[in-house]
Amino acid sequence: MNNSLTNTARLLGAGLRALLVLTLVTGVIYPLVITGIAQGLFSDKANGSEIKADGKVVGSSLIGQSYNLPLKKGQETPDPDLKWFQGRPQNGLGSNSVNTQYKLILSGATNRSGDNEDLIQWVNDAQTAVADVNSVPGYKVERSDVPADAVTSSGSGLDPHISRDYADLQVHRVAQQNKLSVSQVQKLVNDHVEGRTLGFIGEPRVNVLELNIALKAVMAKS
Amino acid sequence: MSPVLAGVLQLLALIAALALVYVPLGNYMAGVYSSDKHWRVEKWIYKGIGANPDTEMRWPAYLRGVLAFSAVGVLFLYLLQRVQGALPGSLGFASIDPDQAFNTAASFVTNTNWQSYYGEQAMGHVVQTAGLAVQNFVSAAVGIAVAVALVRGFARARTGELGNFWADLVRGTVRILVPVAAIAAVVLVACGAIQNFSGIHEVGQFMGGSQQWNGGAVASTEAIKEVGTNGGGIFNANSAHPFENPIPFTNLFEIFLILVIPLSLTRTFGVLVGSVKQGYAILATMATIWIGFTALMMWTEFSHHGPAFEIAGGAMEGKEVRFGVGGSSIFAVATTLTSTGAVDSFHSSFTGLGGGITMLGMMLGEIAPGGVGSGLYGMLIMAIIAVFIAGLMVGRTPEYLGKKIGTREIKLAAMYILVTPALVLIFTAAAMALPTPQNSMTNSGAHGFSEILYAYTSGANNNGSAFAGLNADTQWFNTTIGLAMLLGRFVPMVFVLALAGSLAEQKPVPATAGTLRTEKPLFTGLLVGAILIITGLTYFPALALGPLAEGMAS
Repeated sequence: MNNSLTNTARLLGAGLRALLVLTLVTGVIYPLVITGIAQGLFSDKANGSEIKADGKVVGSSLIGQSYNLPLKKGQETPDPDLKWFQGRPQNGLGSNSVNTQYKLILSGATNRSGDNEDLIQWVNDAQTAVADVNSVPGYKVERSDVPADAVTSSGSGLDPHISRDYADLQVHRVAQQNKLSVSQVQKLVNDHVEGRTLGFIGEPRVNVLELNIALKAVMAKS
Repeated sequence: MSPVLAGVLQLLALIAALALVYVPLGNYMAGVYSSDKHWRVEKWIYKGIGANPDTEMRWPAYLRGVLAFSAVGVLFLYLLQRVQGALPGSLGFASIDPDQAFNTAASFVTNTNWQSYYGEQAMGHVVQTAGLAVQNFVSAAVGIAVAVALVRGFARARTGELGNFWADLVRGTVRILVPVAAIAAVVLVACGAIQNFSGIHEVGQFMGGSQQWNGGAVASTEAIKEVGTNGGGIFNANSAHPFENPIPFTNLFEIFLILVIPLSLTRTFGVLVGSVKQGYAILATMATIWIGFTALMMWTEFSHHGPAFEIAGGAMEGKEVRFGVGGSSIFAVATTLTSTGAVDSFHSSFTGLGGGITMLGMMLGEIAPGGVGSGLYGMLIMAIIAVFIAGLMVGRTPEYLGKKIGTREIKLAAMYILVTPALVLIFTAAAMALPTPQNSMTNSGAHGFSEILYAYTSGANNNGSAFAGLNADTQWFNTTIGLAMLLGRFVPMVFVLALAGSLAEQKPVPATAGTLRTEKPLFTGLLVGAILIITGLTYFPALALGPLAEGMAS
């Protein structure tokens, strides 16, 4: 009895020492060395791929943002600022309160299933809203024209991208709102389409922040 | 190019990359566990532990090593979380409550990485790197060690000795996991994953105002999280978060990392038992199931059944634009057929059948290719069951790799395959029968049931992914899922090591004309069949109530 107790204690002691030594290797040395390499060779990326406009940091090329008007009195969710390209659903374009609205302190998805009543409602509302706000004189958007990424929220809630289709769909509206020509805005979108890596990895997409920064630059010139 | 074709090409590229490293990595790992030389750094570590790495252990001693090391791991991680509030470098986060700290400690030590907390709102730098990430390494090393012990049971004869646990633990960590993770981490940073120790800070936005960012040792954690088939992310969105998985290439790369060690271990197995063809047969079984599941997943996700997806015109809810449906489907299958549980898209928002495939993947026992180590030993247990079934058909005493599968061996194998289903079904039934656990559901009806079934399936099989609509941070779920994880990890290990001991004692039986040729495609077919039928019979009633009901309705 006494013997087995001492043996157990000895074994647990060995376990503890093993854990402490391996913690030093994998929990202290490893992350510090990687951090050193990362900060030395790729400091921009290691710190979040910050992106600047007019000399000011305006976010990260990896993290989505909202492009909304200031909140009006009595409003719970702000309206989208239609001058700018809009990202995936957030307030206004489909009232989706579970999405983290690009505030970033908490990432995550809605976790709603395909037959969930809330999700069906959000998708319906978003589709109507997207078709509605993007229809301008001479350019009518039908609900069936709206791509899936425009009416669903992403896994992280921070998706920085929209599909090429959704960017194209917004061209007429953005041109009208900013008094630019459609061809000018379309060219901006075309310039910002990222294709699949090596032609097959991932999906073609447009980075909304980078596109809006370019749009702002064009407006400053005109 | 259509998204479907792009998805298929990504799968083919992945297969090619895995095939390229299969032989070198598999051979290297075989060398790691059979070499009698110690590296200098390992000698220092053995001195620190106070263990002689050359002492051979019989199975009870090996098991005691596993259990002692893991018990200390749970306790240490529990205490670290409990005192977080007083630690420096904790980003101002408070100490974790007892039930959640127990759940998280059990989760990371068992290689599950189920997370009932929100990463960026709960765990500071110290707990993340010196607590959770350490278990990402060592729990993986323990898994490989147990698998290697079983392989030695087949390879050795007339001895009860299975090797030295401390040596296997240290070598797996130092020679395999740390180097692979270090290379992977640098690749991830170069692609945009963050790696810093900043606090929570404000960053300006385009429209004015600011966003709050968390710093973190993300790339270094992400690398071992995938390589060690762990899955616990720094951020709540896990590998869907752009800081963890920034571009389409990293998505494919992370899937590669998840699969590379479990698949290559079949080569290690082949080398160690002296017949690489036996390794190929096991590999073929894993690959058949994995590729089949991936094809099914792509089919159901691209065809997007379900009312909300039909209106939207695609199953993009919970998926990132940069990965698309193809990349997300490949990731979802890889993560649930291994014990990883990292996600690049949210399984709860997959189609009904897609969600069912993720669950079925875990229910197979995570053996195709499974977690690091645990996948191999799980698959070898199924191989024993398969030769037993074949033996019954022809009326011969079954044998596998020259070892007789007698009463003791088949009893141990049968006990092994009963543990997790028992845990999953009993806990799910209890949660559904009691009034309060159901309050945690986000969705109702069949999908609500699926949330709970998924939670216990994920816990008991040490996966860690979730139908994340379930609010799992309650005393009930923290405690019961914590228990499911511990029992689902260590009880099967007892049977595996006992089996290894009993095999190592046997003398090999020479192969005769009547021996089932386990390196042939016929055996692979038999093994795939046995796996699907055993899992199907066990879980079909439960699956019918959840994902099948949902999938049929839409």
